[in-house]
Amino acid sequence: MSILSNSEALRLHIPTPVARPGEIPSFSHLRFSEAGEITKPSIDAEEPGLRHLPYGLIRIMDDQNAAVGPWNPHLDNETLIAGLTAMMRTRAFDDRLFRAHRQGKTSFYMKCTGEEAIAVAQSMVLGADDMCFPTYRMLGWLMARRYPLDKLVNQIFSNAADPLRGRQLPILYSARDYGFYSLSGNVGSRFGHAVGWAMASAYRRGKAIALGMIGEGTTAEGDFHEALTFAAVYRAPVILCVTNNQWAISSFSGIAGAETTTFAAKALAYGIPGLRVDGNDFLAVWAATAWAAERARHNCGPTLIELFTYRTEGHSTSDDPTRYRPVEEASLWPLGDPVDRLTQHLYATGAWDTEKHRTLSEAIDIEVRAAIKAGEAVGTLGTSKPPVSEMFEGVFKEPDWRVIEQRRELGV
Amino acid sequence: MPTMTMLQALNSALADKLADDPDVLIFGQDVGYFGGVFRVTDGLQSRFGLERCFDAPISEGGIIAAAIGMGAYGLRPVPEIQFADYILPAFDQLVSEAARLRYRSAGEFWAPLTVRSPYGGGIFGGQTHSQSPEAIFAHITGLKTVIPSTPYDAKGLLISAIEDDDPVIFLEPKRLYNGPFDGRHDRPVPTWQGNPAAEVPEGLYRIPLGTAACVREGEAATILAYGTMVHVALAAIEESGIDAELVDLRSIVPLDIDTIVASVKKTGRCVILHEASRFGGFGGELSALVQERCFYHLEAPIERVCGWDTPYPHAFEWDYFPGPDRLIKALRRVTGTD
Repeated sequence: MSILSNSEALRLHIPTPVARPGEIPSFSHLRFSEAGEITKPSIDAEEPGLRHLPYGLIRIMDDQNAAVGPWNPHLDNETLIAGLTAMMRTRAFDDRLFRAHRQGKTSFYMKCTGEEAIAVAQSMVLGADDMCFPTYRMLGWLMARRYPLDKLVNQIFSNAADPLRGRQLPILYSARDYGFYSLSGNVGSRFGHAVGWAMASAYRRGKAIALGMIGEGTTAEGDFHEALTFAAVYRAPVILCVTNNQWAISSFSGIAGAETTTFAAKALAYGIPGLRVDGNDFLAVWAATAWAAERARHNCGPTLIELFTYRTEGHSTSDDPTRYRPVEEASLWPLGDPVDRLTQHLYATGAWDTEKHRTLSEAIDIEVRAAIKAGEAVGTLGTSKPPVSEMFEGVFKEPDWRVIEQRRELGV
Repeated sequence: MPTMTMLQALNSALADKLADDPDVLIFGQDVGYFGGVFRVTDGLQSRFGLERCFDAPISEGGIIAAAIGMGAYGLRPVPEIQFADYILPAFDQLVSEAARLRYRSAGEFWAPLTVRSPYGGGIFGGQTHSQSPEAIFAHITGLKTVIPSTPYDAKGLLISAIEDDDPVIFLEPKRLYNGPFDGRHDRPVPTWQGNPAAEVPEGLYRIPLGTAACVREGEAATILAYGTMVHVALAAIEESGIDAELVDLRSIVPLDIDTIVASVKKTGRCVILHEASRFGGFGGELSALVQERCFYHLEAPIERVCGWDTPYPHAFEWDYFPGPDRLIKALRRVTGTD
C-alpha cells in the first residue's frame, strides 16, 4: 500500500471556542509578549526585517502600571488626562444610551465597552485633515474631538434635530468636519474607501492620510483583501486596522481564522508591515498608530495593525452574549480594561488621584445626562422626527421626477 | 467636422476631460499602457501621465471601492470595468456604498464616479462577454444609468456623466464601437464613416443626462430602445416600411418620461426593445409607465421584444439576439398589419 493512500477517513474541522456558557473560560492558549519587549523599527525599515512583528504583541504599560520599552510615546500628563477623559466620556455615554434603548427611546444601540482606548488614541494621534473610515465601535474618535453630545443623542433618537435627517440607523454617524466617514451597517465595505481616499490624497500631493477600520470577523470578506491589495500595490498613505475583539456576534475569532495565525500576519502576504498591538493599552495604540502614520506621511506606504482587545458587552442591543459565551469571560480578559489601566498608570505616575477621578467622573455624568435631556426635549424615537420630506432628499444631488412625484403623492 | 467611431469618440471625451479637470483620473484592468482591451483609453497614459490613467488589479470590488474613496475625497474617478459581465463583484460597492453615500450621510459625502463598462452582445462573446445588466442598476435608488447609441451621443453623454455629482453607470454597447450594427449579422457590417451621428466635434460638449432623442418621427407606433437596439429598430423600420417613431432613451436613469409619454400618446402603440432578457428587464418598467400614463391613448397591447429568458448563449447568438425580424413581427402585431 502506498504511503500516499488515505489511512483514515477525512475529517472536517469546525473551530469551537475554549468555553461555552456554563463552562470555565480560559485564555491560557493566548501568548503575549511582555510589556516593552518588542523592538521598535525605524519607519523606513525594509519590510523583510519586520516579519516577526505580527506574532508579538506591542505592549507598553507593565504589570506595575509603568510605561516601558522602546515604543513608549512619552506623552505628557495633559495628553494622557485628555485621553482618559474621552475614554470615560465614551463609556458613560454608552451606558446611558444603552439604558435609553431599554426605555424605548431608540430602536438600536451598540456599545464599544472595553475598546475605548483604540478610537480615542487614534483620534488624538491623527490630524484634523486626516480621515477615519470607522467601524461602529469608534465612538471614542468623536469623543476625543469633542463632537457635541447632544447631536449624537439626536441622531440616536432620530428626532427632529437628527443631523442625518432620520435616514440612518442609530449610531451609524457621519461627521466629515471631525474626520469621521459615513458609517454603514454593511461591515467592511468602507475599508477600500480608506485606500481610495488615501490614493486621492497622494494623487493631489496632499498631506492627509486615511485610517481604515475593520473587525476581525470581517477580515474574511473580500473587501479586506481587496483593500490590502490596492494599499500595497499603490503604496497608499493609509493605516489599515483590524480590531480583534474576539467575537463577531456569536462567532469566536477562530471562525475568522485565528486558530492558525494572527490577523496582523495577513500583512505578510501583501508585503507590508503588520503590527499586533494590545488594544487595551492606550499608550501602545498611540505608539503603533503614530509609527504607521509617520510611515504613511513619508511615502513609506501602508501598515496593517491588529488591535487585540475584547468585546466586553454584547454585539448590540439585539444580542444576548450569555447565550454563547461564559458570563465571566469578560472579567477574566488577561489584558484588563483600557480605562482602568490608563487610570492606574496615571495614579502610578502621580499625575492623577482618586479625588480627581471622582470629580471627572461626576462631571462627565452631568454632561452626558444634560445631552440626553436636551435630546429628549427635542423628542425620542416615535415622538419626534425630521420632516417627512427629508425622506425624499439626497437620493441624488437634484431630485428626479420619480422622487418629486412620489413626494407629492405622499403629500409632503 | 471629424468623423469618429464610438471608440474614438469615447477616447476623445476622456482625453478632453483629462485635459480640462485635474481631478479626473482613469483606472481599470489593462487601461494604462495598453489602452484597454477595446482601446477606449488608447494613448491616454502617454499623453497625460501614469497617475491619470493606470492599470488596476483584477478586483472589480477593489476598483469601485477605491473610486468611491477617491470621489469622497473630491476627485472625479472614471474607473473601467472591462466587461459589464464582470461588474458583479463590485455590486455591493455600487449598491450599498456609491448609491447610498449621499443619502445616508445627509449630504456630507458623495461619490461622483463614472463607471464605464462595455456591455451587450453580437460579438460571439458567450454568456460572460455579452450580457446587458442595465435593469439591475436601474432598480438601485441612487445610481444613474446611461447608454449611448452613437459616437456623438457617446462623447456628450460621457462628459456629462463625468461632470455629474452622482454615481453613473455608463454602459457602452460594444457592438457599436466600430459601426452601427443593426442586427443583420449576415450582411456586410456598416462603419461609422459617413454617418451623421459620427460627426463628433473636438473639445467639450454635453448632452444632459435624462434627455431622450427622437431619432425618427413617425405615426404608426412608438419604439422605445437604447444602445445597439436603436440601430436594429432603424433597420426594422426601413425594411418593413412601417412609419414608426423611434425614441432612443440614452439614459434609463434619469428617464425622460415626458418624451416617452408624448410619443406614445401621439402614436397610440408601443413596442419596447432591449437586448437583455425579458422577465424583470427594464422593458417591464417602461411598459408599466406607459400603461399608467398613456392607457387611454393605447390602441393595442404594449409589446416587448427582448433577449430570451436564458443565459446569453454562444452558438445560438442570432437565435437569442432580438434582431430586426422579431421587431418587424411585433410592429405588425401592434399596428394590426400582421
